[in-house]
Amino acid sequence: MNKINLIIQREYTTRVKKKSFIIMTILTPILLVALLFIPGYLATKEDNQAKVIAVIDKTNITEGAIAESDYMKFKYITDTEVETIKKDFTKSGYYAILYIPENILISNKVQLYSNQQTTIGVNEHIVKALDGFFTNIKLKKENVPMDIMKRIATNINVDTIQWTSSGEEKSGSAEMVLVIGYISGFLMYMFIFMFGAQVMRGVMEEKTNRIVEVIISSVKPFQLMMGKVVGIALVGLTQFVIWIALTFGIFYGAKFVLLKNSGDPAATSITANIMDKANSGVAQAPTGQYQEMFKQISGKFSAVNFPLIIGCFLFFFIGGYLLYASLFASVGSAVDNDTDTQQFMLPITIPILLGLFVMMNAMQSPNSSIAVIFSLIPLTSPIVMMARIPYGVPPWQLGLSGILLIITFIGSIWMAGKIYRTGILMYGKKVNYAELWKWLKYKN
Amino acid sequence: MNNFLIANGIVKQFSNHLALDKVSMNVPEGSIFGLLGPNGAGKTTLIRIITQITAPDQGEVLFRGKKMTMEDIFHIGYLPEERGLYKKMKVGEQALYLVQLKGMSRAEGLKKLKYWFEKFEIQSWWDKKVEELSKGMAQKVQFIVTVLHDPKLLIFDEPFTGFDPINTNLVKNEILRLRDNGATVVFSTHIMSSVEELCDHIALINKGKNILEGNIDEVRSRFKPDTYELKFRGDSKTLKDALDVGFEFEEEPTRGDVGHIIIKQQLKIPVRDMVTAINSSVDIISFEEVIPGMNDIFIRAVEGTDYKE
Repeated sequence: MNKINLIIQREYTTRVKKKSFIIMTILTPILLVALLFIPGYLATKEDNQAKVIAVIDKTNITEGAIAESDYMKFKYITDTEVETIKKDFTKSGYYAILYIPENILISNKVQLYSNQQTTIGVNEHIVKALDGFFTNIKLKKENVPMDIMKRIATNINVDTIQWTSSGEEKSGSAEMVLVIGYISGFLMYMFIFMFGAQVMRGVMEEKTNRIVEVIISSVKPFQLMMGKVVGIALVGLTQFVIWIALTFGIFYGAKFVLLKNSGDPAATSITANIMDKANSGVAQAPTGQYQEMFKQISGKFSAVNFPLIIGCFLFFFIGGYLLYASLFASVGSAVDNDTDTQQFMLPITIPILLGLFVMMNAMQSPNSSIAVIFSLIPLTSPIVMMARIPYGVPPWQLGLSGILLIITFIGSIWMAGKIYRTGILMYGKKVNYAELWKWLKYKN
Repeated sequence: MNNFLIANGIVKQFSNHLALDKVSMNVPEGSIFGLLGPNGAGKTTLIRIITQITAPDQGEVLFRGKKMTMEDIFHIGYLPEERGLYKKMKVGEQALYLVQLKGMSRAEGLKKLKYWFEKFEIQSWWDKKVEELSKGMAQKVQFIVTVLHDPKLLIFDEPFTGFDPINTNLVKNEILRLRDNGATVVFSTHIMSSVEELCDHIALINKGKNILEGNIDEVRSRFKPDTYELKFRGDSKTLKDALDVGFEFEEEPTRGDVGHIIIKQQLKIPVRDMVTAINSSVDIISFEEVIPGMNDIFIRAVEGTDYKE
């Protein structure tokens, strides 16, 4: 046992100390969260200098209707035409010119002129404000009383509620489940493939460096193989744990920072618009909408059963990894160089890729028979099952899939041990499947 | 003490050929044992069976009177023919890892490594990566790692390949010193001169079979061709007449007045009688028996078995 620990230690530390590992481990969660936040954040940043928008209002009634902020000012200019301002546009320092035509009530159109692409945030802010304003005017024209107008102000959100077999109701979000299912399935695919291939390269490195016989004069070949497999699994788990911790940390950190800035209505509406289509209505200048949006995201976050997902991820990662890593190890032991790996890699890559494709399909219909079957077959179950779990999977399927996986990886490790033991000492021989079959039958 | 390491009737069958066919050998304690044989004879397979890397189909390996098991591995230092190191690892770190795998504690390993690195004058390599070393340099590190834990049995598979003459000598002397300190050494090689210099006992195998075994002097005398080399002053004709029938002569060129002749006899006449007869006919300058080199023995033994088949 002491010796296998030494091997695990070496496999683990040499990999964890690598620069590529450190960079990837830290960068990935940052990128992930950035993908979620950057668009909104950038939009806010852009609006940081006060943008002055010249308004030419032919109706002469909208002044004050569009809320101003520290970052967005509206200057009403009377008795000019768009062309006049356009002439000295750069000198005037305006960001854009908003033209509200007289016939707006019929045309429902305004024009925003600028010498640059205006941001979605600005457009959205103007549209929302004018939407509300002119709706109110129209309603007034139809003689709808003020209190009725207030009462009919509508703000619709969809709460998806899922009931389980026990009759318990859970509210969740279809988008959130889709995203979580997709991410965990894809992550599983990536982890199994990435770390499985690392096992193969590690075995080949030992064989081509000719160090393997030096080592197996001290430990059993099986110990060497399992030490490598376990060491690399620990590398994977370390990366996974750091990713989860960093992702949550950065997410809540970003939430905190962004919430502090939420006094800025521009930022509010922009981010809100990008991340959620909630809250559009009669009321204008939706201050506080941002907090609302975050509450929703957080709510959706907490509706997802993270302990179950993370627990299952760990189980299926370990099971799937052991299954594939042992196959990868036997391929690495059987060949002398990279080019020879091709023929043996194919039967390993096909089930992984199949798992990935079925996962895509399972995202659409997580309880279709194809999704259920492939989430039970051990070669594809880790990937497909992970995609199904956020939607809710009957316990018997989870259990059966788990047991099948355990039986299969024990079998594959046993098989890999046999091939490995013969393969690592075999040099300069072209190996084919018939040869591998013979190795399986060797006594020792 | 004898019966230190015994291989008994080892049979190993690979899918399409018989690698070892009832091979036996007996390595006395404190000796240097040469395992010889042409390429593909089964030497490496036999060594792998002794080091418990593979199991034999039949036969057994006894170590100090008991069947060898994985527990005995700690007492073996094995330098395989296919030897290498992790290229990306630092030399010192790697040496430490390998001796720890042998069961040494970190502290003890570190202490002994420092000693050996000084002895071989390679302290400056400690923090180098293996890929920066030459092949010979890497071999030195491997040698150190093999002998570091003071194993009772040392097994070297082709230890001299890749060394220059200076380092070959260094390793040879180290092997002799290890033997003198009580270790038993088994090594396989193609270099017959090193066998003559180092070995106390040999076993020669060919095509998976024992063909020759025993103490090296005894083996060499077994191959004695009953040939003698004589340098003398006098007439070679009287010499030949004096020795009479049963002798064959091969005259070498004379140098000055010194005659040089190779004498071969078939009748097992005692050397003493030969000398008396020669002495009475010519003045002897030197007379010695021609002892065959291991090279000749090797070739003759291997060709002899090949011919029989």
